Parts: sequence; C-alpha cells; structure tokens
Amino acid sequence: MAGAFERKIHETLADTRLQQAVYTATGRLKDSRLAVIAPHVLPDYQELRAHAHLLKRHTVDHLDHYLEKFQRNVESRGGQVVFCNDGAEVTDFVLALAKKRGARLIVKSKSMTTEEVDLNEHLEHHGLESVETDLGEYILQLAHERPYHIVAPALHKTRYDVAEILTRRLNAPHETKIEKQTAIARAVLRQKFLAADIGISGANFLVADSGAVVLVENEGNARLATTLPKIHIVVAGIEKVIPRAQDLAVFLKLLARSATGQLLSVYTSFLSGPRRAGEIDGPDEFYVLLLDNGRTKLLPDSAKRQSLYCIRCGACLNACPVYRKIGGHSFPWVYSGPIGAILTPQFMGVSREPSLPFASSLCGACAEVCPVKIDIPRVLVELRADVHQSEARQKRNRLEKLAFRLFRWLMQHPRAYEWAGRLAASLANSADGGWMRRVPVLLNVGPVRAWLSQRDLPPPPSRSFRQLWRQR
Amino acid sequence: MRRAFPRIWPNVWVRDDEGGRLDMSQRVALFVTCMVDQLFPKIGLAMVEVLERLGFRIDFPEAQTCCGQPAFNSGYPEEARAVARHFLDVFEASEAIVVPSGSCTAMIIHHFAELFEKDPTALARVKQLSERVWEFSQFLTVVAGAGDVGAHLEDVATFHDGCHALRELGIQSAARRLLRHVRGLELREMEPAGECCGFGGTFSVKFAELSGAMARTKIEAIVRTGANIVVSLDPSCLMQIQGVLSRAGLKIRGLHLAEVLASR
Amino acid sequence: MSPNAILDAVRAALGRSEKEPAPDPPPVRLRIPDVSLESRIASMTTSVEALAGRVLRAPTPQHAGRLVRERIANQNAVASNSPYLDECGIRGLPNVHSGITKPDELQKLCAAADVGITGVDYALADTGTLVVLSSPYEARMISLLPPAHLAVMACSRLLTGLDELFTLLPDPAVASSSMVFITGPSRTADIEQILVRGVHGPGEIVIILVG
Repeated sequence: MAGAFERKIHETLADTRLQQAVYTATGRLKDSRLAVIAPHVLPDYQELRAHAHLLKRHTVDHLDHYLEKFQRNVESRGGQVVFCNDGAEVTDFVLALAKKRGARLIVKSKSMTTEEVDLNEHLEHHGLESVETDLGEYILQLAHERPYHIVAPALHKTRYDVAEILTRRLNAPHETKIEKQTAIARAVLRQKFLAADIGISGANFLVADSGAVVLVENEGNARLATTLPKIHIVVAGIEKVIPRAQDLAVFLKLLARSATGQLLSVYTSFLSGPRRAGEIDGPDEFYVLLLDNGRTKLLPDSAKRQSLYCIRCGACLNACPVYRKIGGHSFPWVYSGPIGAILTPQFMGVSREPSLPFASSLCGACAEVCPVKIDIPRVLVELRADVHQSEARQKRNRLEKLAFRLFRWLMQHPRAYEWAGRLAASLANSADGGWMRRVPVLLNVGPVRAWLSQRDLPPPPSRSFRQLWRQR
Repeated sequence: MRRAFPRIWPNVWVRDDEGGRLDMSQRVALFVTCMVDQLFPKIGLAMVEVLERLGFRIDFPEAQTCCGQPAFNSGYPEEARAVARHFLDVFEASEAIVVPSGSCTAMIIHHFAELFEKDPTALARVKQLSERVWEFSQFLTVVAGAGDVGAHLEDVATFHDGCHALRELGIQSAARRLLRHVRGLELREMEPAGECCGFGGTFSVKFAELSGAMARTKIEAIVRTGANIVVSLDPSCLMQIQGVLSRAGLKIRGLHLAEVLASR
Repeated sequence: MSPNAILDAVRAALGRSEKEPAPDPPPVRLRIPDVSLESRIASMTTSVEALAGRVLRAPTPQHAGRLVRERIANQNAVASNSPYLDECGIRGLPNVHSGITKPDELQKLCAAADVGITGVDYALADTGTLVVLSSPYEARMISLLPPAHLAVMACSRLLTGLDELFTLLPDPAVASSSMVFITGPSRTADIEQILVRGVHGPGEIVIILVG
C-alpha cells in the first residue's frame, strides 16, 4: 500500500500550512452551516431533508421517465436536449456547434460535471478559448490545477499564491490585497463575457415539468455566461433532474445552507429555453447536454444508487475528519471527500484506486450532514466488498481474505476463539515478562507494526473476561 | 438512524407507577464484546459491578464471541453474516442484552438488518432480538431509569462521544447525566466534541498515519479541557485515544463509563 | 449521440420498460406562514441589511422617484421598461437610459452604466430575495452588469418566502424564459474565505419599498 493516494496523504499530513488552512476553512463552513440549520432558524430542517431524500429517490428510481419529460419540455420551449455518453461526445458537440457558428471564445461557469470530462482542455486543444469565470476556478485554470473542494475550489491557495499566479499568467502587478486581486480578475473576465460567443454552464437542478435548468451561484458569473452570449450550452449529469419547479422550495432551502451557510445563494437562475419573443436579452440558442459518463453504472444496485442523489453541496467534505486531514488533492479524481470516495470507484471502477473506499473511519459525520440523506458509510462498506471481489478475481490480497475466513471460523467456535485469544496473549506477554516490543516476530506482523507506528498498545490482560467470570 | 424513545419493552419490564423504575431482580445478559473479553476484562467486571449494585442478576452466555463488525466494516459481508448468525443463536433466549460498546450495539441493531436484507427468516430474528439489545449507558438511563448509581470519584473528566453511539444510537445526554451524578467528579466538555478519534477498525492500521493524525487532533481537544480522565462508551475509541496519549507521554487516563460508575 | 442508448441503459438498469409510467412523485411540500405585512417588511429589511444591502422606504411612487433621483445624481443609469418605474417617474429622468429593446445596444449601455434600475416581480421577506422574471419590461442584464442595482417595488409584492412564491408561480417557465432570485450583492469568498463584494455582478444593492 504505497500508491499515489497514500503518498499524497502522507505529503498533505506533513504540510503544516496546508493542514491548518484546510482545517480552518472547513471548520468555518461547518460552523456556518450549523448556524443556519439550527432549530430556531429552520425548525423543519429534518423534515426537509427527509422530503428531499424521498424526492431524489423517486426521481432516480424512475429516471428514464423524468429525463424524457425534461427533454419534451425543453424542446417545447425551443431548446434542444442532447444525450452524451461521455466527455468526447460533449466536446464533439461543442466543437461542431462552434464551427458552424464561427465561435471562438467560450465563457464557462463553475461545473463539476465539466471537470469530470476535462472539457476546457479538450476545447483548447482544438483551438477554442474556454475561460472559467468563477473566481476560484479561474485561478485554478491559470494554475492548471483541479478543484480542491466542491464549493470552495481554491481553498488551498493563499493570497500570496494568487498574487504569484496572477502576475505570472496575466502579467498583472504583484498584488496581495484580496479585494484588488478580485478586481484584477473581474476586469479581465468582464471583457471575456462581453466578447464571448458561447456560454457553458453546469446545472444544479433540471426541472422535468418545466424543462428548466436551475443554476445557483454567488458571484454572478453564471448569470453573465448565460445572459450575454448568443448561445447557452448546459452540461449536466442525467441524475440532476427533479420532478417539479415547486420541489425547489425544498431543495433550495437545503442547498445553500448546507454548502456555505447562506439562507440562499446570491443568484438562483431558473432558465427555460432561449430568449422568447418580446424578451429583450438572453441567448438565442439553448442546448442541454445530458451526460452519462458512467452514471448508469450506478443504477442497478438499489443501495448504491443513492450516490446519485448528491446535490454537490460539499457539506460532507467539511464534516469529514479524513477530508480535513488529507484535503482535496489526495483524492484520485475530481470529486473529493466522502462523496468522492463513493462516486470515484463507481464511475471509474474500483481498481482505479482500490484503497479509496477504505480511507474512512466510518464515523458517519457525512451521512449526518447530507441534505439528501445519502448513507455514505453504507455505500463505502458495499464498495469495500466490491474491491474484495475484484481482488479475488486477480488473486490479490489473499492473506487478508484468509485472515477474515479464520476470524469467521473462530468466532463461530467459542472454545477455539478462547484458546486463540489466550495463545496470542501469552505470546505477547511471554518474553521476559515484557510486552510485544520485545517479541520481534509479533512486531513485524503488518497490522501490529502499523498500529505501533502511531500509538502504544496496552499489554494484554493475564486473564480474559470469561476466565474471570468463571472464577467468580 | 436514531431509535425512538421509549422503546417497546417486553411486559415483564413494565415500569411501576411510583419511581418509574423497573423490577430490578430481572436477569440481564451481558454481551461483553470480543474486545472487552480479550483486552479489557476490567470493563466487563465494572459493568457487572454496576448492574449488580442496581439489583440486576447477570447472565454471561459463554458461547458468545463477536458481533461480526470487524468483518462487516472491512467489506466481508459473508464472514460478518456467519458471525452475526452465531450471535443470534447465542442470545436468542436472552430477555435483555447489555453491551459495553456503542459501535457493537449499532452493529447489532442497525447493520444486522442490512446483512440479512435478503433473508426474511433471519431478518425476523434480527428484528426480534435488536429490540432487546442495549448499549450500557442507555440501559441504565432508559431501562433502569438510573441517574445516581452510587459512584464516587474525585477527579476531572471529559467525555468522548463515540461516533456510532452518537450518530447511530443518538446517545448524547444519557452518558453525561450518569457522569454528572458521580460524586466528586467534575465533567468538562471538550471543544469540538463529537469528532472521530480516528480508530475505525482496520482503518487504524490500513491508514495508520492518517488515523494517528486524527487521534492527535482529538487529544489536543482533550488536553485543552485540563481533564485527567477521558471517558467513553467504546473500548475501541479508548484503545486508540489511550494509545496516542501514552505515546505522547501524557498522563491522562482513558476509562470506560462502567469503570467510572463502578468507582466508590 | 443516440438519445435512446442512454435511456435504454437507464431503463435496463432500473428494470423498467419503455413508456412505463411512473407513480406520482411525493407530494408537493409548500407551507406558507401567516406573516403580517409589517413583519414581512421588517424581515426583508433585516435580511437585506445582513447581506450589506440597503432597504429604503417610500410612502408613494413619487417619493420613490425622488429617492432614485438623489441616489443617481451625477451618475449614468439604465432603467428597465417596467411600467412601475414610469409610475415613479424614474424612466424619464435626464441621466437615465430606458426603453431599449435591442440586446446589443442594451449591453453597451449597461456595461458603461454606474447604476441599473429595475422593478421586481416579487420579493421574499425571509431571505431578503428579489425575484425578477425576464419580459419585455425587464431585461436580465440591467440587474447584472452595472456595479450598482436599484430595485423599486410596491410593498404588496413582498411575499413570505419560497413556498409562497412557488404557490403563486407553480411553473415559472410558463411566464418567462428566465426567473432570477437576487439575494444581496454579488460576492465571493474564493480566496482565503475573505468576503469580497461585487466580483462579477453589482457590489451594491438598494431596494426601495413603496407603500
């Protein structure tokens, strides 16, 4: 176990500045969330969560029905829906459209879905300019990094990092005041918005009954990207659909609270198709690309299917004691934290990073804060079993499997269990009345060594409870 | 995930009208857990001491071993099912089963049902049995209606919420109420409370460095309280916390709630 | 890019057949509290001010017009085509551009303006939110491009919150291609979680409640 994942964990744990930054930032987000879900502020918080879960479950269980409905309604409003299997199909669509319309410049608002398929890189590879316009995402695009956190993408960057990036990439004056850095980015991006041919956004929700796309943001970049260019392309995962506009009353109360501790984000846009007759502004063309990219693989198993309920609020990252230690870039794919630990193996296959589902103490903090009540620990445990199955096919990790077979046998045979326990204890206590440190053989057993690398182990008692009980 | 209180209890356990207390002469079966049996027998003895002090008669079904949680959490459901079946066999006849561990209790009353989702016969047995399984502090407060159990300990303590006790069993105030009734004991809350100690079973050895880092953050919170004792409902959390305290050369002791309540 | 391939895969995974209907979704959950107008105004004011926006009261439309004139003195403003702004005498003010119907022209004016003035369809008192639907009267970019946004509205448009809005507008797509909720000035906290206002949208928001 010393792959890239373990190495990055080790590096992050050793970086004291980063440790402090991630712990403080997630701690603040955690506290902000707690303040706005408190019973005196939102008395029906738990009811809303339960309802949101039911809505998501219903929609995902009948996903084909709602996707068709969504498609029909988008088309009736003059938009077009395109189903895409993967990132290549998304890129192809955008390239073909750009070519047909003579478009060169694309402004993008923050979207985890397009991060999944590295859309910017692919478009730029084909000669288009595709600019991220969310401040954090823009900084990361300039730095060629991927988001550190679902809602706070540049959480790991200091103002000094940002100053360096802006100077190096934009030839901007070296500026360490955050207000001024923001103004520099605003000025550059404003020119991009005014000149852009195409705006690409993600979607927080797709409303089936309305044929509408809902975007939630704080900066206004998503509004600009979907208002000024003549063409608006939405790239969204197929799981984003909800039945009715009225269900937003439930989801919107949960999303911003869980994500940033706001009652509502600054801007929520409800967009249904291109500009209509008589309306003054807005795009002339409106496309929704519905992306599979592995999502259908999550549907067959009714327990694991709930991974698709996620509304990308990031609350589980902030609550997770593992994420708060290892940060976002230790994770092997764009999604980090608890949700990343269940999405990545299912989207990419468990062998992409087989140890990922095991990197959790199963403390349940993620499930506790999830606004749509995804039982993340349960999915993790199921994925662990999937990893074992895939390992068994490759005849890997056989010693552990043997150990658990032995465990199973011992625990069904109380006498053997007792005898084995006493044997281990006497071995540990044997050498010179000392403890394991003096028994090199035992010390070298992998798990014992790993345990002792961090902490001490109590000497085993001379008698087990059952022996003491018998003596009573 | 949280159970509703009060739970339905077999008729023999109906509270009397006076003090809300139960017939204390009833028999209670101990499931001490494999960890207490093999590594921390004194926790088991302390639990026996407290329950007997309250007038309960104790059974210890000797065929008991483990609840299967290590296999379940590690992704070995087949192995976990076999061990869980053994547990069902051993405790089927017991009227009330008391467990000195929040996470083993949660395993039995929540995750057994997941294990036997596709086996209606076993699932019915699980439902019957899980109604009678109690984490130690819950048993004392909810079933026995106890507050003061006659304990006495002159010291300063802080309480560590085990993740499964807190989030799967909803235990927060029960253990604290019992601790506040201990004569001489000052209880100080750690800040933040409710964060994982980093144990997590095989996680503690598969990701030892990470697990250790989580534990060190935990003990920083413990140290800030100035307490000499950290109390928990879970032997596994205690093993982790005590192990890191000891490695750091700190003199703070880890004690199970039963050990505190057994002190006089 | 065949639409059927993905839908077929979804159906196969869910064990559903083509055109199989879905049962009714869980019921709509909308709860409208009973809140007096005075409380709604108080709540709107508190919420907007908590976000560093401002709420001004005007007893009459004419009074609102005067407030706007004072606020935009010596500045260059763009106003929407809202009849309510007419009623307040705002669209005819000398330094106000209004009546524009061409998007390119409007974009140029908004990009250069100091202030954008709009009416609103509704406001949500519990969160301090403005609700604006795109129409021949309200363009999207007036509340977006200029660095300051002035919104003028009658108190009667003040709803309790999201639940009441979605009761009145069960499907906003029927009325418009765009409905936007505006809750305070544009903001970011992307660098070191330090709050900065006006990153892309207006950094200043003033709401004039009339009546």
